[in-house]
Amino acid sequence: MAATTPTAAGAETLTLGKAINTGLRRAMERDDKVILMGEDIGKLGGVFRITDGLQKDFGEERVIDTPLAEAGIVGTAIGLALRGYRPVCEIQFDGFVYPAYDQIVCQVAKMRYRSRGNVALPIVIRIPFGGGIGAVEHHSESPEVYFAHTAGLKVVACSNPEDAYFMIQQAIASDDPIIFFEPKRRYWEKGAVNTSLGFESATPLLSSRVVRPGTDATIVAYGPMVKTCLDAATAAAEEGRSLEVIDLRSLSPLDMGPIFDSVKRTGHMVVVHEAPGNAGLGAELAARVTEECFYSLEAPVLRVTGYDTPYPASRLEEEYLPDLDRVLDAVDRSFGW
Amino acid sequence: MTKGDIAPRKSGGSRSRGGTPPEPEYVQLLTPDGERVSHPDYSVDFSAEELRGLYRDLVTVRKLDTEATALQRQGELGIWASLLGQEAAQVGAGRAMRTQDMAFPTYREHGVLYCRGIDPIMPLSLFRGVDQGGWDPVANKFNLYTIVIGAQTLHATGYAMGVTKDGKVGTEDGEAVIAFFGDGATSQGDVNESFIWSSVFHAPVVFFCQNNQYAISEPLERQTRIPLYQRAAGFGFPGLRVDGNDVLAVYAVTRAALDNARMGQGPTLIEAYTYRMGAHTTSDDPTRYRVSSEVEAWQAKDPIKRVRALLERENVADEDFFKAVDEDARTEAVSLRERVLNMPDPRGEQIFEHVYAEGSPLVDMQRKQFEAYAASFEGGSH
Repeated sequence: MAATTPTAAGAETLTLGKAINTGLRRAMERDDKVILMGEDIGKLGGVFRITDGLQKDFGEERVIDTPLAEAGIVGTAIGLALRGYRPVCEIQFDGFVYPAYDQIVCQVAKMRYRSRGNVALPIVIRIPFGGGIGAVEHHSESPEVYFAHTAGLKVVACSNPEDAYFMIQQAIASDDPIIFFEPKRRYWEKGAVNTSLGFESATPLLSSRVVRPGTDATIVAYGPMVKTCLDAATAAAEEGRSLEVIDLRSLSPLDMGPIFDSVKRTGHMVVVHEAPGNAGLGAELAARVTEECFYSLEAPVLRVTGYDTPYPASRLEEEYLPDLDRVLDAVDRSFGW
Repeated sequence: MTKGDIAPRKSGGSRSRGGTPPEPEYVQLLTPDGERVSHPDYSVDFSAEELRGLYRDLVTVRKLDTEATALQRQGELGIWASLLGQEAAQVGAGRAMRTQDMAFPTYREHGVLYCRGIDPIMPLSLFRGVDQGGWDPVANKFNLYTIVIGAQTLHATGYAMGVTKDGKVGTEDGEAVIAFFGDGATSQGDVNESFIWSSVFHAPVVFFCQNNQYAISEPLERQTRIPLYQRAAGFGFPGLRVDGNDVLAVYAVTRAALDNARMGQGPTLIEAYTYRMGAHTTSDDPTRYRVSSEVEAWQAKDPIKRVRALLERENVADEDFFKAVDEDARTEAVSLRERVLNMPDPRGEQIFEHVYAEGSPLVDMQRKQFEAYAASFEGGSH
């Protein structure tokens, strides 16, 4: 696992889902203004059990099973935030966020600007995203760019249990509204989490990070694709090629420093995401790297992404999703340029 | 309140144009002629001084509104959303609020704002294009003007849920919340969701719908087949219709609904039946979609004339009073005009301010680029 924190005293092994659950618990213990809102998050503990046990321990006033209405979840969260609460909204699946899109884009993102800084909306909107779980339509999407394109929002994605544990707490502590993407197919992946550390001493929320150092090419990914890229790097190493893998973590704003540093060393860059390529984060990263590292690049920035089609039926998703082989193929193409 | 309502139309055909629309059943305490009428459930007990105060509010609010329309016509405002004709609905609701109550307005609630004791200059920067509002919604107990239709009803509901969480309901000094919206907004999903949420969470919120008969050009028939207030029953809370041009009745029903909310009795939908005498905004041309005889019919129900008639009928105001009110309103309007004209233009850097509470490297970088670009025109007027 990618954790850079030494797993000394206080480290425990958690799944990514349990790490978020534990992070939510810590945030609720720390600040009684933190409330959770969403569909089926109470008795059921959420369809992915991310809020398991929290209603039992914190009560129905703080873990609220809401009506089945996403615009309502986000719209009322705005009112609660104006009242001094720190709502954490769960959107059950990526493809269900669109009814709330107007409230997120027109209200959550703009209230601070509209008020010229007089109010903040410390709202976190958690969205399980991405495919690979064999689901029906609307349950496997990657809508992060819709939000990354919207000024006033910050957008992050966690990729491993330790990051998940700290990032959810950092997001809740932030006075800015944050869209928090969770890689749903990695919910059951385990990793060491140093739960004795405070989130203040963890890697800052809005920073990208090298999760595997390398010398030959830079691979940038986030969320579920980080593990795919780490696996690809392991395979590449067996063939004698050293890939540096960077976990973007913050999708907006982008933390370009570690990426520029890396590309200036390697001269090759491949961006990997499940979301379709057209006007995606890969395009933005390629443009930024081209501006900053033009003379270091030995090949164009290449992208490995979902296709520009609707997300396909589940028996086709293995063909659709970027995997280890497609990542290595892109690396080969970069070196063959 | 539900007896004798006009029946829903059986066909989608157009309403008779040019004639006087049928008088709907509603709570009324003051007729267009200025005659008091009694109602079994609602009454007011205003002193002469308070009645004169309401008259002063109505006149002032209309005068300021007229001044703002003129400022737009003279190019000093980019746009103005006039409240002309809706003064009683807004003054009645605004004065019915208690100090601790919170309002969630649309972009037309200038009269409510005024009655909350807020300087009427506050929203003018928005209409001049200097900023998007820029006030503190919490400190003013008056949310920022919300332009997306109906979105604020959910904010009001969430705020009211917070009031309940804070234990501020169930007593006479409890807090209540009021959400303003129009007839067009009742078709929005957000408004219907806010009805559901406020109902199931028993939130201390009053939904105050100013049915001014038009959503820009579309008449009420395009939004509903039943009287709007009757929709509340389907959501599980009371709804009622009030003569929106009768400031006494609007005050009475709104005060009662707010007090019910603060006492923990949940939401109420009030349909204030009124008429938008002017255009939707200064960009609109209502002559394209409604006839002048309809406007004239509503002129006979003017919200200010009837209060003046009452004051005269009850002999609690004389000509000197009316003159003084007009003169004071004119002075306020002149002051408003002067302050609009003296508003400094925003600095270019303001584009980049207050996007985030905790900043963003991207915005910081673009601000530096913007400043460097501006500086490259040194000595120029850029």
